[in-house]
Amino acid sequence: MCGIVGFLAKNRAFVESLGGHVVPMLTCMGDRGPDSAGLALFSRSLPEMVRRFSLYVDDREFPWTELGAQWSLEAGTALELDIIENHAALLSAVSPDQFRAWLKTHYPHVHLLSVGRSIDVYKDEGHPEEISRRYRFGKMHGTHAVGHTRMATESAVSPAHAHPFTAGEDFCLVHNGSLSNPYSIRRKLERLGITFETDNDTEAACRFLEWRMREGDTLEEALQKGFIELDGFYTLLMATTDKLVLVRDAFACKPAVVAETDDYVAISSEYRALAHLPGINQARIFEPLPERIYSWNVLQSV
Amino acid sequence: MERVTERLIQFDLARTTVRELNQYLHQQLPAESTPGGIPQLAILNPNGQHNIAVGVTVPAKIDIQGNAGYFIGGMNKLADLVVHGHVGWSVAENIMSGSLRVKGSASECAAASGHGGLVVIEGDASSRCGISMKGCDIVVGGDVGHMSAFMAQAGSLVICGDAGPNLGDSLYEAVIYVRGTIHSLGTDAQEEPLQASDIEHLTAILKRAEFDYSPQEFKRVASAKTLYHWHVDAGAKY
Repeated sequence: MCGIVGFLAKNRAFVESLGGHVVPMLTCMGDRGPDSAGLALFSRSLPEMVRRFSLYVDDREFPWTELGAQWSLEAGTALELDIIENHAALLSAVSPDQFRAWLKTHYPHVHLLSVGRSIDVYKDEGHPEEISRRYRFGKMHGTHAVGHTRMATESAVSPAHAHPFTAGEDFCLVHNGSLSNPYSIRRKLERLGITFETDNDTEAACRFLEWRMREGDTLEEALQKGFIELDGFYTLLMATTDKLVLVRDAFACKPAVVAETDDYVAISSEYRALAHLPGINQARIFEPLPERIYSWNVLQSV
Repeated sequence: MERVTERLIQFDLARTTVRELNQYLHQQLPAESTPGGIPQLAILNPNGQHNIAVGVTVPAKIDIQGNAGYFIGGMNKLADLVVHGHVGWSVAENIMSGSLRVKGSASECAAASGHGGLVVIEGDASSRCGISMKGCDIVVGGDVGHMSAFMAQAGSLVICGDAGPNLGDSLYEAVIYVRGTIHSLGTDAQEEPLQASDIEHLTAILKRAEFDYSPQEFKRVASAKTLYHWHVDAGAKY
């Protein structure tokens, strides 16, 4: 059992208050996943050349500013670094490959959680309520967010094994369920030169879909192939820069509920995680059908 | 808990836990339910919580005012429950008697393994509605999802809308009635002509469920009974 949550704001007020709506959702879904949690937040894109690198290290005393200063010297740019607890977001106009290689050489124990112009990812071990407090999720804003509360069943409990998983740029995925063929997917992708960071089944789904998108598929087309390739039980919630996408497998035995109003789209494993939302009694509430792709675009006006 | 009138008791789940409510229903409600009168309960602010009013064993009228979570009214005996909203998984699971009405839609496994009583879902029911039912009657105002009435043993499932894939797979003696379209039948389920006894049953059950449809609008689906005994030709498949 795990919990998934998603939120897409349809107007400025809900962009500003996004974190405040998401935290009770994560806390409530802590009942379904108390061992670790994560949140991916999307905001307006950075300029074309700039990337946000979300970093995590399992060391509360880690000298983030030293890492930042080293990188500034290497890249020859001014330092832009936001530090919260074990997490830092580093902004830099550099290719992701260059930064990744530098990080691996100089700070091999620092995890790169996400790369992109709009994504920022936080994940850690602990109860979702505690993680939300630790990283101050309640104060965060953004156009949309994807969160997860984990009850590990198939691989270790660690920050790296927590969701969301990311691959490529500005793409993330959370999963409730279990895949039965992650290793065959993984072997297929590894032959294509794709590398994995964990032995988690969800990472296989995430990298499979990102590989299809790099090959030219839209996320929807990639998911149609995923319905054939991914064997197992899953509710998958994904986000890119401009949309939130939800699917359930053919058996649909992993839950999901959607509530939509003029102000927001909210998704959760269970309705009780949505019950606190403003206007929920007037929301259109429905359960997504098996093997149907549900997609919501970020409005240009927000 | 708050006694509004002599017969009306109110629980606000924003202030009381589901456990306290259920303990009241199990330990104190029987004394309220007398031949002289049936107690009424209003349960406010369910807010999607699970296990509300599970295991009631005495006559009572219970109104749940809002959307509720999983296992609502499970194992119910004699009480009549109404949920004024949607419900999550396994509403009225293993219902023994009495009734449960959902004004909205129900998620998976509605009335799973129900032994008796009447379950009415005014909206849609999701997948596996009536799975392994053992004698209850279920009436769904809208559609049902895949694998509904899987291995259903006794009772009836009345679907006023459409049925999803693999309806009635591996049926025993339960009978399904469908007013709309059937996406596909499961293994060993077959469509059969309506009999006089079906018309009689449908007339009564639709009236009880308060749906104004004519029994003749429904198709009957029942077991072809080809799975009841081992067939020697099947051996060649293995």
